[in-house]
Amino acid sequence: MSLGWLTRRVALALLAAFGVSVLVFALIRLVPGDVVTNLIGLEGNVSVAQQAEMRRLFGLDQPIPVQFGHWFASLLHGDLGVSLRTDRSVFGDLLLRFPVTLELTVVALFIAVLIGLPLGVTAALNRGKAADFVSSSFVLIGLAAPEFWLAILLILLFSLTLRWFPPNGFVTWAESPLQNLRSVFLPGLALSLGLAAAVTRIVRASLLDVLNQDFVRTARAKGLPERVVIYRHAMRNALIPVVTVVGLQVGNLLGGAVIIEQLFGLPGVGRFALEGINLRDYPVVQGSVLWIAVSFVLVNVVVDVLYGLIDRRVVYS
Amino acid sequence: MTAVLGVPAVQTPVRRALKVFFRTPSGVIGLALLLLVVFCTVFAPYVAPYDPIKYAPIDRMQGPNLHHLLGTDLYGRDLLSRIIYGGRISLAVSTISISLALIFGGWLGVLAGYYLGWVDTVIMRVTDVFLAFPAILLAIALLAFLGGGFWNLTLAIAIAYAAPFTRVVRAAVIRTRDTMYVEASTALGAGDSRLLLRHVLPNAAGPVLVELTLRLAYAILAEAALSFLGLGTQPPAPAWGQMIADGRPFLELNPWVSVAPGLAIMVTVLGFNLLGDALRDALDPRLNR
Repeated sequence: MSLGWLTRRVALALLAAFGVSVLVFALIRLVPGDVVTNLIGLEGNVSVAQQAEMRRLFGLDQPIPVQFGHWFASLLHGDLGVSLRTDRSVFGDLLLRFPVTLELTVVALFIAVLIGLPLGVTAALNRGKAADFVSSSFVLIGLAAPEFWLAILLILLFSLTLRWFPPNGFVTWAESPLQNLRSVFLPGLALSLGLAAAVTRIVRASLLDVLNQDFVRTARAKGLPERVVIYRHAMRNALIPVVTVVGLQVGNLLGGAVIIEQLFGLPGVGRFALEGINLRDYPVVQGSVLWIAVSFVLVNVVVDVLYGLIDRRVVYS
Repeated sequence: MTAVLGVPAVQTPVRRALKVFFRTPSGVIGLALLLLVVFCTVFAPYVAPYDPIKYAPIDRMQGPNLHHLLGTDLYGRDLLSRIIYGGRISLAVSTISISLALIFGGWLGVLAGYYLGWVDTVIMRVTDVFLAFPAILLAIALLAFLGGGFWNLTLAIAIAYAAPFTRVVRAAVIRTRDTMYVEASTALGAGDSRLLLRHVLPNAAGPVLVELTLRLAYAILAEAALSFLGLGTQPPAPAWGQMIADGRPFLELNPWVSVAPGLAIMVTVLGFNLLGDALRDALDPRLNR
C-alpha cells in the first residue's frame, strides 16, 4: 500500500464529504420557508422590516454562493458558525454530542461481533444441523426487521415488563458510569441486531469457503488437532471478508443511529441533525451533516487500509 | 437452427437460471411471501375484514380476538385491515421509487461505463457524494424540506437510492464492453445504440435484477422508518411505520398496535431478501447445480 494511494483515497473521500456540504447547503436554501418564518411562527406579529433585518443579521439576504463562501471560509478556520436558535457554537455542540453517537456505535459494533462471530462459526462447523438452522433464522429475522421496531420490542421486554433498563434518556459517563452503560445498552442492542445478522452470515459463508481450501486440508493431513486447524489456520483467513462487511456496515450504523437516538432520546449527532432539519437551523444542519459525512467516508478509508493490512495479497494502485 | 443428433438442446441462460431458482426452496418461499403480500394489498377491499379508517370507539384497544385477529387501535380500527391497506402505500412507494432510482441511476451508469473518460469521472464523483452519506439521512433531509406526502416520499427514496444502481450498471457495462463479441459487433459496424441495446444491457440485466430485488427491501425499510418519524404519507391513510409510532405511547396498554405492523414489514422485507439471494445464486453462472 503506497502513501500516494492513501493520499488520493483520503482526498477523494474529503472531496465527497465537501460535495455533501454543497448539496445540503443548496438544498436547504432552495425550499420555501426559512428559520425566520419558523421563528415568527413562534413569536407572532413581526413586521416585514423586522423580518428583513433578521435575515440581514443571519446573512440570509445574500446570494447562496456568497453565503457558501462565508461558511466555507470559516470552516477552514475550524468554525462551523453558531446555531440560529440557541446562539451556541455548532462545533462546540458537535464536540459535546459526538461522544454519545460514538459510544452508541461502538456498543452496537461490540454487541454485533459478540453475537455474530460465535454464531457464524457454530453454524459453519455444524452445517445443516439444528445450530445452523437457528443461526440462519436469526440472520433472516435480523436482516428483515426494522431497527426501530426491534427497539420497541426491546423496550417492551426489558423496560416495561422486566424493568431492567430505562426506556429512554441518557446519563453521561461522568455522572455515573453504571447508569451510562444502562442508558446506552438497549439502544446499542437495537442498533446492533441487523449488523449481528450480517456478521453471522458472512462469518459462516467465509469460514465454509476457507474450510474447503487446500491449506486447510494440508493442515489436517499433517495431523494438527481440529481446534488448531480451525482457530489458527482457517479463522485467520475467514476473517478477511468479515472486516469489509463490518466496515461497510459501520456507515449504516451511523444512519440507523439517527433514528435510534431520536427514539431513545439520546443527545447524539444524529438527533442534533434531525432537530436542525426540523427547525431549519441552517448552521446546525450544515455542521452536523458535514460531521456525519466526514466520519462516514473516513470509516470507509480505514476499512480499506485495514483490508490491505490483513490481506497481503491486496495491492492498491 | 437445426438440431444435431446426440447433442443436447441448448440451455438458454434464462432457462438455466429459472431451473436453478425453482430448485432453491428459500427463493420459492420468498416469492410465495411476496405474492401473498401483493395479493392482499391489491385486493385489499375484498381481503380486509373492516374499514381501515372509520372510527369504532366502542371496540378500541382490543388484543387479538376472534373478531379482530390482530386486535384494534386507539380508535377501534381493525389492525389487520389497516396493515393490509398500509401495504398498498409501502409497496407502491418502494416499487415506484426503486424504479425511478433504477431508470435515473442506471442511465447514468450506462453513460459512465460506456463512454468512460471525463463523463465517467464526473458521474462517479457525483455518485461518491451520494454514497458519502447514510441514505436514510439524505431522505430525511429531502423530506423535511420538501414536506411529506406520497410523491415527495417516493422521490426522496428514489434520490437516496439511485447511486448504487449507477455503480452496479457501470460495472456491468464495463465488463461487457471489453468482451470479444462486443468487439466483433463493433468490427461489423454496429453503432452505439445497437451495441448498448443488443449486447451491453441484456448482459447487465442479471446483476441489476438482483440489486433491484435487494434494494426493494431497503426501500420498504426506508419508507417504514420515514413514516415512523412522521415524514411519510399523512394520516388517516395507514402506513406501517406510522402505525408503529402511533402505538408507542400505549405499549403497556396494548403492544399489538406497534408489534403487528412490524411483523408485516418483516415478512415483506424477508420475501425480497430471500428472493434476491436466490436470484443471485441462480444468475451466477459459476454455481452450476
